Amino acid sequence: MRRSVRIGCGAGFSSDRLDPAVDLAQRGGLDYLVFECLGERTMAFGHRDRMLDGSKGYNPHVAQRMRAVLAACRKNGTVVVTNMGAANPLAAAQLTVGIARELGLAGIKVACIEGDDVTRQMGPDTPLHDRDGTVRAVGLPVVGANAYLGAEALLPALKAGADVVIAGRIADPSLFLAPLAHRFGWGLDDWQLLGRGTAVGHLLECGMQVTGGYFADPGFKDVPRLADCGFPIAEVGYDGGFVVTKLPDTGGCVTTATVKEQLLYEVHDPASYLTPDVSADFSQVTVEQIDTDRVRVGGADGQPRPDKLKVTIGFDGGLLAEAGVSYAGPNAQARARLAGEVVWQRLSRNNALQGDMRIDMIGVNSLHGTAHEPETDCEDVRLRVALRSRRREDIDTMLWEVEALLCCGPAGGGGYRGSVTPCVVTHSALVAREQVRPTMRMFTA
Amino acid sequence: MSGRLKVHDIAHARAGDKGDISNVSVWAYDPKDYPLLKSQLTVERLKAAYPRLIRGSVTRYELDHLHGLNFVLRDSLEGGVNTSLNLDSHGKSFSYLILGLEIESA
Repeated sequence: MRRSVRIGCGAGFSSDRLDPAVDLAQRGGLDYLVFECLGERTMAFGHRDRMLDGSKGYNPHVAQRMRAVLAACRKNGTVVVTNMGAANPLAAAQLTVGIARELGLAGIKVACIEGDDVTRQMGPDTPLHDRDGTVRAVGLPVVGANAYLGAEALLPALKAGADVVIAGRIADPSLFLAPLAHRFGWGLDDWQLLGRGTAVGHLLECGMQVTGGYFADPGFKDVPRLADCGFPIAEVGYDGGFVVTKLPDTGGCVTTATVKEQLLYEVHDPASYLTPDVSADFSQVTVEQIDTDRVRVGGADGQPRPDKLKVTIGFDGGLLAEAGVSYAGPNAQARARLAGEVVWQRLSRNNALQGDMRIDMIGVNSLHGTAHEPETDCEDVRLRVALRSRRREDIDTMLWEVEALLCCGPAGGGGYRGSVTPCVVTHSALVAREQVRPTMRMFTA
Repeated sequence: MSGRLKVHDIAHARAGDKGDISNVSVWAYDPKDYPLLKSQLTVERLKAAYPRLIRGSVTRYELDHLHGLNFVLRDSLEGGVNTSLNLDSHGKSFSYLILGLEIESA
């Protein structure tokens, strides 16, 4: 089929906005709508959720997203592709089937892709790829491990006519490449076309980051109507050339600048961007503004895919506690600094306290303080104390000490807040392709 | 025009992270300013500017036809999101560290 394909991105991360995705489903005239919702650490949290409740472990917004877009997608012939299955694609697929029935969309075909979960293949002696040593050397309990599957794993579902494809760990650009390879009949060894399709996926996978999100810098890079920014669409030709755009009457902008920034987002060597499908080469990519909010992209290339698949292993990282008290007005920085010294002295005395602690002054040095000594006369400063520990009692001790500053610390401190967040640690390993066997199951609503 | 200016005056940037590696792409607004960016924003300049932060190697990739540079800063995210206690553990704000550097215009 030689007609161009319209593919949109309805989410670029787990908590991305819903209304622009609904807009795309309703007005986009899309062939495919992709929801990319799975960061490295999001998957580890999915495994933890599934351990606590076997029916969970998928993206917490699956139901809301499906309820909001399924009817429009069916009406417009748009196939939904997503990694929202996270650590439990089967449960997410079953949930989606139930929602389709509720909505009166009988006959919708929902495919579930599994086989990325390789937790049982990982052992204490599995060597790590991103650091020296083995899984044992990390010294933390493993919560789960997933191999990055490529476009190949999604093709059986698309060939079987799925209306919705729900997977777990699929490499982000592969979610976009698979529909293109399917529709255009690209060979899985045509490295140039796979490189071009990967460029489509790479530019779209972070949603609004290519249409004006993560971009605005008032007075330097102004973005119109940022609050109503639209999600991106790619119009892709059979030869892999494409135009990035967005719906008319949405906020944001698609310019050569937004496209260039996203082109190298999380890319190291532009000539060698590795996915399970291809070693993509973005070094000769061209961008051309052909109309308002329309940028033509060409020149991506590719080399043979890596031999092995990357695996992300999630570990239980204990708890992160953060607590703060604010100081404002004359000498605020000195008072906040003194408050930090008091907390440090008292917690250092307690030899039993385990874990790493950090003290910052928000407004002065909390983000770039490690890089250089900031100079500011800011008079609105927040002391921030952060502690990561696997022992709950240490977490509670720190929170108590910071709260006690209200009466026991420097003058004029107020606005104590404390929070505790569960943490995960991730490392990567490599696995032979033969050891990973993706499967597909189809359900009909 | 000659004198000191900030990279922010002539370029825009975006930061991303993978593990303990940060990458920051820096793009000249005006192609005329790209040679200045390329000559002043060197690997040595970055390493010298932030020695406490960038503990590993710095690699610079050049996309001359797009007027952009991509810096890969190894061992620069205080251990990465796994261990960093920095409020911005992904280093999303590092793009503005580079944009905040001063350069000498000819």
